Parts: sequence; structure tokens; C-alpha cells
Amino acid sequence: MSYQQARWTEPLIFELSKPGRTAVSLPEKSPEGVNIPKKLLREQLGLPEVSEPQVVRHYTRLSQMNWSVDSGFYPLGSCTMKYNPKICEELAALETVTCVHPRQSEDTVQGALELIYKLEKYLAEIVGVSRVTLHPSAGAHGEFTGMLITRAYHKFKGEEQQRTEVIVPDSAHGTNFASAAMAGFSVVVVPSDARGRVDLDALKNAVSDRTAALMLTNPNTLGLFDDQILGITDIVHGAGGLLYYDGANLNGIMGKTRPGDMGFDIVHYNLHKTFSTPHGGGGPGSGPIGVTRELERFLPVPVVEYDRKRDHYYLDYDRPDSIGKINGFYGNFGVLVKAYAYILLMGAEGLTEAAETATLNANYIMRKLLGVKGYELKFDSGRPCKHEVVFSAEPLKRETGATAKDIAKRLLDYGVHAPTYYFPPIVHEALMIEPTETEPREELDHFVDALKAIAEEARSSPEKLRTAPHATAIGRLDEVKASREPILSWRMHKKSRPRMPTSSVEIIREMRARS
Amino acid sequence: MRVGHPYIPNTREIREQMLREMGIASIDDLFADIPEKIRLKRALKLPRAMSELEVKRHMKAMLAKNKPFTQMLSFIGGGAWPHDIPSHVQALARRSEFVTSYTPYQPEASQGMLQTLFEYQSMIAELVGLDVANASMYDWASALGEAALTCARITRRKRFLIPKLISPERRVTLQTYVVGPGLEVAEIGYDRKTGRLDLSQLRAQLGQDVAGVYVENPSYLGFLETQVEEMSDAAHKAGALFVVGVNPISLGLLKAPGDYGADIVVGEGQPLGNPVSFGGPYLGIFACRGEMKLVRQMPGRLIGMTTTLEGGKRGYCMVLATREQHIRHERATSNICTNNALCAVSAAIYLASLGPQGLRGVAERCAANASYAMKKLNAIHGLKAPIFDAPHFNEFTLNCDGTRMSIEKLNSKLLERGIQGGISLRREFPELGETALLCTTELHSREDIDRLAEELEEIVGGQR
Ligand SMILES: Cc1ncc(COP(=O)(O)O)c(C=O)c1O
Repeated sequence: MSYQQARWTEPLIFELSKPGRTAVSLPEKSPEGVNIPKKLLREQLGLPEVSEPQVVRHYTRLSQMNWSVDSGFYPLGSCTMKYNPKICEELAALETVTCVHPRQSEDTVQGALELIYKLEKYLAEIVGVSRVTLHPSAGAHGEFTGMLITRAYHKFKGEEQQRTEVIVPDSAHGTNFASAAMAGFSVVVVPSDARGRVDLDALKNAVSDRTAALMLTNPNTLGLFDDQILGITDIVHGAGGLLYYDGANLNGIMGKTRPGDMGFDIVHYNLHKTFSTPHGGGGPGSGPIGVTRELERFLPVPVVEYDRKRDHYYLDYDRPDSIGKINGFYGNFGVLVKAYAYILLMGAEGLTEAAETATLNANYIMRKLLGVKGYELKFDSGRPCKHEVVFSAEPLKRETGATAKDIAKRLLDYGVHAPTYYFPPIVHEALMIEPTETEPREELDHFVDALKAIAEEARSSPEKLRTAPHATAIGRLDEVKASREPILSWRMHKKSRPRMPTSSVEIIREMRARS
Repeated sequence: MRVGHPYIPNTREIREQMLREMGIASIDDLFADIPEKIRLKRALKLPRAMSELEVKRHMKAMLAKNKPFTQMLSFIGGGAWPHDIPSHVQALARRSEFVTSYTPYQPEASQGMLQTLFEYQSMIAELVGLDVANASMYDWASALGEAALTCARITRRKRFLIPKLISPERRVTLQTYVVGPGLEVAEIGYDRKTGRLDLSQLRAQLGQDVAGVYVENPSYLGFLETQVEEMSDAAHKAGALFVVGVNPISLGLLKAPGDYGADIVVGEGQPLGNPVSFGGPYLGIFACRGEMKLVRQMPGRLIGMTTTLEGGKRGYCMVLATREQHIRHERATSNICTNNALCAVSAAIYLASLGPQGLRGVAERCAANASYAMKKLNAIHGLKAPIFDAPHFNEFTLNCDGTRMSIEKLNSKLLERGIQGGISLRREFPELGETALLCTTELHSREDIDRLAEELEEIVGGQR
């Protein structure tokens, strides 16, 4: 195995600038002048001036220094980095998608409304809820929407003042805590038990007439299915609270069980995980939520409805109990098109096969790595995991001093993206591995072999880990300095220049001088 | 042999072999910990799986029921603006190394995305005249919501002032965002003649409880605020932050908000190289002054410039993560995690391609087209465009009170003739009468505008 990422010394686009260059041509100017008083106009604009070939080379080179699913294995736990079918991109790029304005007259957007209406129905069936809204832009946005619906529900019942607490397990993702807080709730944390499940006794103690909701993901962030789920829902419902399902981990159970059947009242989806819409270097995603019949009245406006008699889809704003709006229009439509295509491509059978294979692949890695010196499972190794598995590298750290981060960095040299590390927080030196269903067995074997080899290296040549990665575009960065003396823009860089060492341009100049 | 699934490389045979090696009898054993009672014992009720060819046919037919603005003449804007996206911008932003990557958690392997986002931050900073811009929010409306929350955190105050003439989408989103901390959103009226925010009302509303003052420039109805310095001074005198909302294209021409006192700038980055796509995905712009007091309270991801540990090379990484949810949990500045990074990539490439001259050129064409359209339409008997006596950027109001037709009727007559008219403001601002909001960009030719005027003349004239 050998891997080497592209390694361009690519200056900032500003450093390529020369007066008078441009990468666009514009249509002829209208003879009509601009009718804006001079005092409102700007005198100067510090954008770079570069030609089209330069722009193309610059961003092509940058793209070559960027790991992606299309480059290789990306087992980033909790993120479901599965392959994204190209056909979905093609469909989302159609003019009948990209050139449709959200405020066009309803008669001219019937295709878009139909897609939204049908996608809602499919998603509702997949998790077993009554109604879905596609508005939220990402998982966390769905959580926020769900928490506002929780608030609206308790207000509707006259208990808004009293129900101020949201319960979150200690293994939860950071967004859960933050979303509850953003909606004005205080957060109560419950611990996990020895098997990584919600500690039922602690939960019983935590619930009260102040409980607004419990936020939970199942399978949890350890990749384990909480088999006490029915007990959990009973306890929370018994106390008058709602159950919120964080759908980040849906890929492990699709077609096998449904959050709605487990008793959840509000369920979010990450279309950019489970439904294969690409992650775009950090987004855009889409985080629809589904709710029970009782909560439908609180969904954001507008809701897409269908008038069978007229065979006409329309936007319904007349929903007096709605929480309002959470973004400008109707959600990330361009992303929804991809998820809709994906569901049609997979069908019920394909989605189930995806969940089964994702689970099989994670268990395969678990089995292969179990017993390898240096790595261990902290919770319940006797049971199968679901779509992901969380190992602890604590034994290796004790033995050699190498951290989970060192291992992660060294993995990059093996041509594999690092797993998520140091999450969930309840596992020390956590390596959270999510292979997804779109990896061939050969890749899984390579990954396991790499982890074994790295454990050996930690013993025989520990500096290889400490100084890793070597095969990437750049070596380890000074992230502490980056936050302590932040340089967040070209403007700030120009002001702080003396602090910075050589710029790329200067490096190039030096190299030229040397050769 | 059964043919495998195109996206699932481990065929049934391979899976069975893996199971055998693992000593597991059946795949179902891996799901045995799901309680019997909640196991799904039937297939999901979904359409049967289709081939790629079938999906293409089916979806193209369904989406063909949409009428894109490329197949008609459209004058609709109002927070989502059609513009030309240069071919190379689309080609670069669609490179799968960008598209199929995620949050650059491993900076060494993700320098491409990091540097591109740093360049995005830098170009937005230049555009708005502030030192710091984050690496994206979901859209303008949600960025405005976050701005109000940011102001409240910084000032520990609970009132947020907004103009009455604001898009209903943004106003309602803002109101939804501030439910948590219980902020009060109050509206400031406008001058009937010019549309401008009423300065005396603003001054009267400004007290010790005001966290932020928000204005939009250009305004939702297209006119420009000409007293922004006064507003900024008034806000600052009361200890409030001054927040400005923008259409970034306008900043090719207009003064940067940072130069007239803005502490925070939000806006819709969609027109910077992103299609209108029926409302999303868009690009929430969020920028602020470089003062750490503000930056530490800022929501969202920030990319910073640094060096390699041994100090020799420049590199980029995520910074100030201690503001964010994964570290700070319920005390984070926001819950945002996945953002709209790829839209920021498009914006970076778009801005780099246009440069100062190109962006100015686009802005000039947008504004010149609007002023030509206003002149033509205003000359039609019974129509008034604009209703406000003020300079406008690329959007303007059209009123038909002088005809006996409602604005909806006018719009539907236009639609019959293949023209999508403006957004009816009947329900949003009934006090403005039979009025619509129209938008022009560089996509419109002089002939397009002439055609609109001719059709309107016929429609209005024919009715008399
Ligand atoms: C378990 C879990 N919950 C919630 C989220 C938040 O989702 P998003 O990033 O789409 O906002 C994530 C995403 O990383 C996650 O892994």
C-alpha cells in the first residue's frame, strides 16, 4: 500500500491577482445609467482579479488536496459517508430544478410540490410517523424545530411554564444539548449504564413534571441498539414528556424497525447521511422531521397539500398553531431531489439491504479488530453493533503513549480517512468507525490491517505516529496558535503579516532562487 | 448468480461468506437485540426499486411540470435572485472532491476545502467591509435569527428592532428563532413617501433594553436606505449593535456596511453562483467586526490561517471551536453543525471569477435594468413604478391602483402571456394597495423589459 495526496503549494487567490484580469464576460450594458447617488456608492472593492484558466487551475488543485468519498474510504463515525450516486447529482442539476423560483405562481411549480408531497410520504413510512416537514436545513436544524414543536405542544396543553427540562444522555451528540438550549430548555444529562444504554434508574430519577422531552438516538452513538427502548418511552411518556429521535443513525435500522413504532413522537432524518445526498464539505444537508398525528398542527408553514379534485398541489399557510418558519422557503429543495431519487433507486428492498450491509460491515470490522492488542471495546462486546462500532485505543495509549488522534492521523498515510475520534465522550480514546454499506470487503480488510500495522508501529517506531500524517498535502498544523491568534481573512492576514512566516508565494520564490 | 446492487459492493455471496467467517448464522442475528414487539415484520410500503433509466424518465417527467424561468420571462425576486452562473464556476463547484467530502475535521487531508472556505470568508469580508465572516449559515432568514440571538448574548438585552418593510419569510423566521430566550421583536415604521426607515421612530424606540437594530439595504422593496450612518449612530449611542442585511450583489456598487458602522452583516449568498432551486440550498452570510468580544459570540464555523507545527508551511484549519456545540454543548453560541459549505465554495469561485470589475458590472446591469423598467412601466397610464421616491437597486414596486384591476389579476393576465410578474404584496403590506415587487438582473435584456411594458400596456389599456 502506498498513498500520496496531491501537494500543491497553492497561494491564496488574492496572491494571484493582477489589475485588469477577470474570469467573466458580461452582456452589453444597457444605455440606461445607474440611478444611485454617488454618496451611496463604494470607492473600492478588494476582490482578487484573475483570469478563467487561473481560477480553474487554482480550485482544481485545491480540490485535489481534499479527501472525499470519491477518493476513498471515509469511515467517519456518525456521519454515514456512503457513496452518492451520480444520477442524483444529474437530476438535481436539471433546469426544471435549478431555475425554478420559490415564489413563482403555484401553477408553474406543480412538479416541485408533487416531489415534496411524495417525499414526505415516503419518509413518513420509513420511520413510522404521521406527517413530515422537509423544511429543516440539517440535522441540528431539525432538532431545533423539534424542540420548538415540543414547546408549542406543552404550551397548547397549558404546561409551557412548568415543562422546562429536556433530558439528554451523556453519550449524545453536541447538537442535542445545543438545540434544546436554543429553544429555551434547560438540559438534564442522564448517564449510560455498563452496557452503554440509557441508565433506567437514573432516567426514572431524572423525569418529573418539569420534563418536556427526552432526546435520544437509537442505535446510540456507540452503535448499540438500546433494547430497553420500550421501557424508556414508557418512563418519559408516563411523566408527560415527549420522545425526540435523533435520526443520525437511521442507516443501521432502516427497514428493520421504526422509531415511530418504538414510541418516538418526533423523529429527524439526516438526508445527507442515510439518504445519500452528498455532504458538500460540510453541507448543505437536509434534516426533515416527522411527527405523530397529535403534533402535526405545530409543523412549520407552509405545508404542501394536495387537492385531489383539481389534481393540484398547493402551499397551505393557514395553520394557526404552527411554530412559524425556520428558514426562508421550503427547505433545501436541491437536496430533496437527490434523496427522492435515491429512495426510488433503492426501493424498500434496497434500503433494507443497505441497513443490513452497513450493519454487517461494521460487525465485520468489530470481529476482525476484537482481540487486536491495543484496541478494546468499552461496552458490551458480546452483542452485535449496528451501523458503527466504537473502539477505545486506551490500551495502546497506556502501552505506548500513542493517542487516538495519533492513530487517526497515521491512518491518513494508509489512504484511509480517519474515523471520528474522541466521540462519544463516554469512551476514552474513542475511535468511532462507520464503514457504511458502500464499501467492498477488500476495503474493510485494508482498514483493519492498517489499524493492526499502526498498533505495531506505535511500539516499534512511535515517531511515525507522532509526526503523522506524511502522505497528505500538509503535515500537522498548529491548531492551538490558529485559535489563540486567529487570522480569519485576507484582511486580517495583511494586518498581521509580520506575525506570519513565509507566504506560499515567498516559498515559491525561495524555491526558484534555490534551484 | 444473482446480480449485485450497483451501490453495494458486497454481494449476497460475499456477505454470506463474511457471516460464515464471523460464525454468524444469519444477518437477522445482527438485529436480534431489537425487541420482537417493534421489529418491522413487513416490507416498507414504498414504490418498487427502479433502474437509473426509469428514475431519470420518471423524475424528468414529474419535474417537467415545473416551468423554469428559462422557459418564460420572469420578474420575480424577493430574497432569491436568478443570475447567470458562469460555466466554469459550476464545473469547479461540482468537482466530486468538494461535493463528497465532509466537514474538514482532518485539516491535513482537507486543505482544499479549508483554503477555499478561508478564501470565501476573506472575499465576504472584503465585500461587507468587516474583518470576519463565518464559513456559512443555512440561509439569510436563519442567519438573521442567529444575529438577533448573537446581539442578545453580547448585550444581555432582550429587544431587537427591525424595519416594518421586511420580507414576511425573514420576519416570521426571526420570530421563531427568538422564542427560546424570549426576545421581543419590534417593528419600526417607514416614511410613506420614500419608504425609508423612520429615524425618529427608531430613536424613540431605542432604550437600554435594545440588543440590536436591524436594517436591510437594499430594502426588501428594493429602495436604498439613505440614512444608514444616522441609524448606526443612534443604535450605538443606545448601546445596541447595528446589524445590516444585504443582497451581496448590490455590494459590487454600494458602500460596504462595515464602512457605515455595521457590527454584524447578514445576507443571502445565493446570488453568488448558486441557483434559485425552489428555495434552497442557499447560503447564509454572517460577518462581524474583528473584535474578539463579537467573534467569540459568533455562531458557525470559522476557518483560520496557521502554520505547520514545525513552522515552515502555511496551512488552514477550523478555529475557535470552543464556541461550537460539539465542545460547548448547551452553552454553545449555536447548534449549527452541518452548514452550507458547498454553497460557500460556489460563492468563493464566483467572486474570484468576477473580481471587483465583474461584480460591479453585474450590479450595474441589475440596477440599470431596474431603472429602465421603472421608467417604462411608470409611463403606462394607471401604473406607478416605483411607489417610493428613492433610489433603487434591482428591485422595485409596481402599483396598479390607477387601473380597475387587482395586482393578482394583472399577474395572472401576464402569466397567460408567458410572463411571471412580480410578487404580490397585497397580503404582506395591504396599506401599499395593489402593488407587486419586481426584480431585474443581468439576465434581462432591454427587449425583455420592452416586452413586459408592451404586454402591460395592452392588459391595462384593453381593460379601459
Ligand atoms: C448523532 C448526531 N446527531 C446530530 C447530528 C447533527 O446533524 P447535522 O450535522 O446535520 O446538523 C449529527 C451530525 O453530525 C450526529 O452525528
